[in-house]
Amino acid sequence: MSEPLLTLDGVHTHIGHYHILQGVDFSVPRGGLTMLIGRNGAGKTTTMRTIMGLWRASRGAITLDGRDITGLATPDIAQANVAYVPEDMGIFSDLTVRENMILAARDGEPKDDRLRWIFRLFPALEKFWSLEAGALSGGQKQMLAIARAMIEPRKLLLVDEPTKGLAPAIVGALIEAFGELKKTDTTILLVEQNFHFARALGDDVVVMDDGRIVHRGLMADLAADEELQQNLLGLSLEMHQ
Amino acid sequence: MSPVPERSAGTGLSHPLVERLRAAAPILTVPVLMLLALPATGDPSAWVTLTLAGLAMGMMIFVMASGLTLVFGLMDVLNFGHGAFVSIGAFVGASVMLWLSGLLDPGGVTLHLAAILPAMIAAMVVTGALGVGFEKIIIRPVYGQHLKQILITMGGLIVAEQLIYVFWGPDEIPLPRPDALRGALVFGDVAVEKYRLFAVVLGLAIFLAMHLLLARTKIGLLIRAGVENGEMVEALGYRIKRLFVGVFVVGSALAGLGGVMWGLYQEVITAQMGMEIMVLVFIVVIIGGLGSVEGCFLGALLVGLMANYTGFLVPKLALGSNIFLMVLILMWRPQGLIPVAKR
Ligand SMILES: Nc1ncnc2c1ncn2[C@@H]1O[C@H](COP(=O)(O)OP(=O)(O)OP(=O)(O)O)[C@@H](O)[C@H]1O
Ligand SMILES: [Mg+2]
Repeated sequence: MSEPLLTLDGVHTHIGHYHILQGVDFSVPRGGLTMLIGRNGAGKTTTMRTIMGLWRASRGAITLDGRDITGLATPDIAQANVAYVPEDMGIFSDLTVRENMILAARDGEPKDDRLRWIFRLFPALEKFWSLEAGALSGGQKQMLAIARAMIEPRKLLLVDEPTKGLAPAIVGALIEAFGELKKTDTTILLVEQNFHFARALGDDVVVMDDGRIVHRGLMADLAADEELQQNLLGLSLEMHQ
Repeated sequence: MSPVPERSAGTGLSHPLVERLRAAAPILTVPVLMLLALPATGDPSAWVTLTLAGLAMGMMIFVMASGLTLVFGLMDVLNFGHGAFVSIGAFVGASVMLWLSGLLDPGGVTLHLAAILPAMIAAMVVTGALGVGFEKIIIRPVYGQHLKQILITMGGLIVAEQLIYVFWGPDEIPLPRPDALRGALVFGDVAVEKYRLFAVVLGLAIFLAMHLLLARTKIGLLIRAGVENGEMVEALGYRIKRLFVGVFVVGSALAGLGGVMWGLYQEVITAQMGMEIMVLVFIVVIIGGLGSVEGCFLGALLVGLMANYTGFLVPKLALGSNIFLMVLILMWRPQGLIPVAKR
């Protein structure tokens, strides 16, 4: 196997006086989709923000494609070809759908074939192309947030809880979209609470609790082992079935 | 969770026309204020004069305020020192105008028309350059700390005022406008003062240029996106601080230009003029909605008109009326006329 694309090595993060991440170790293999799951407040979002440079790791190292990115500024990490879909989606609501996409395409105008691919996955974006993004529904905003991250080929995609608050039909559309993305070279790290979604897409799985990693393995193994699920995640999975 | 309501649902009375009116309401405040003033002033020709004076004053305040609203929107920076650029711009512009007028028209009693444009450019270059230093030395160390920002930028303003005394002395400097910008064009019994017309045209041109920049260019999109969610702009790979420095410098240069325009309007400049006008500038920025250039433009027109109407009707209430206007608008729209989405 080749070396993983992303590695976190003993990462600690403090927010103010709080010690949130307490030695996070895991790696994300190239080309696959790694699920990061865990209870509310486990530190999943903090992990994503630390990778993105939005929080600064107080200890430990983060390596992307052999390069130490710990302590780099957020724009530099983004320019290392990383796309990020935050938990709150980070849509620019005063800008149109089109303008949101233009800003996401760093290398100039969005490419036509890429746009067609995105419109096929998310037809609503084509329909509302010139509408202010703030007027989209919650599901459409999530589609826009993901589409922004797909507008150019990226090495690594960080996606924080894309199914949050979405109806099952839209979750299905997202599963299809990530399925398509998995066929490309992009490596994906995805935070998820919806176990149905996680099981459908995950190759690898990392489970977090209380600012630490408590399990790493193949998604298929965890999906098959109900007792392990119970131990690691308790009832939280049932509630999201 | 309950489903997200549709945009127009819930009002019950919603009708396309009502919706359109509601969307246009902030813009309609300006003509509404003008119409309310018509019966109050009683005399149509006085009303035309006051309205033009109000629009001219509004445009000048807009030029001074536009940078400030973006500076706040983009980095949450409260810059109480913005008035320094107004004063310094006026003094630099005045020096250039007096010097050039002396060359072009030795012994003339008024400024020379051809001196005005170079003076405006010089004022903008100097205040823009000072903006670079001001951002680096005064603003950058206090990002995210509002109380310190207020204190240190006020300190910057005081230092700038003292420097004006050092370079230009303590006296006010008279700035007699050139004949071409004096007097009025007369249509029947309506007199339209030339300089006010000039200020309106220049202010409008600057507003349109800014509007196009913000609406049509990638830099403009980034500025608007950054006002809403700077973190996301960075996560897309753009350096928001660089954007901010650019906006700060342009805002400082525009404040300098506003200072020259205001000085020519008053035909006299003082070191305190920047600090004095800042009261109105802050009212405008708040009325408009922090971070909104369109809102700032509307707010500036309202404040300019209000100052002139009440200055005519009840002179003692000129400033008070604008504070009253601000309270009224904030009661109606707590985020200002055109609120910007902010995370
Ligand atoms: N800005 C902050 N200031 C202080 N504490 C914070 C902040 N952000 C997060 N925390 C704390 O850090 C811990 C981890 O939060 P985080 O958002 O990373 O959890 P999460 O796993 O993403 O949870 P969820 O599933 O609810 O999104 C929580 O205890 C939270 O209260
Ligand atoms: Mg989270």
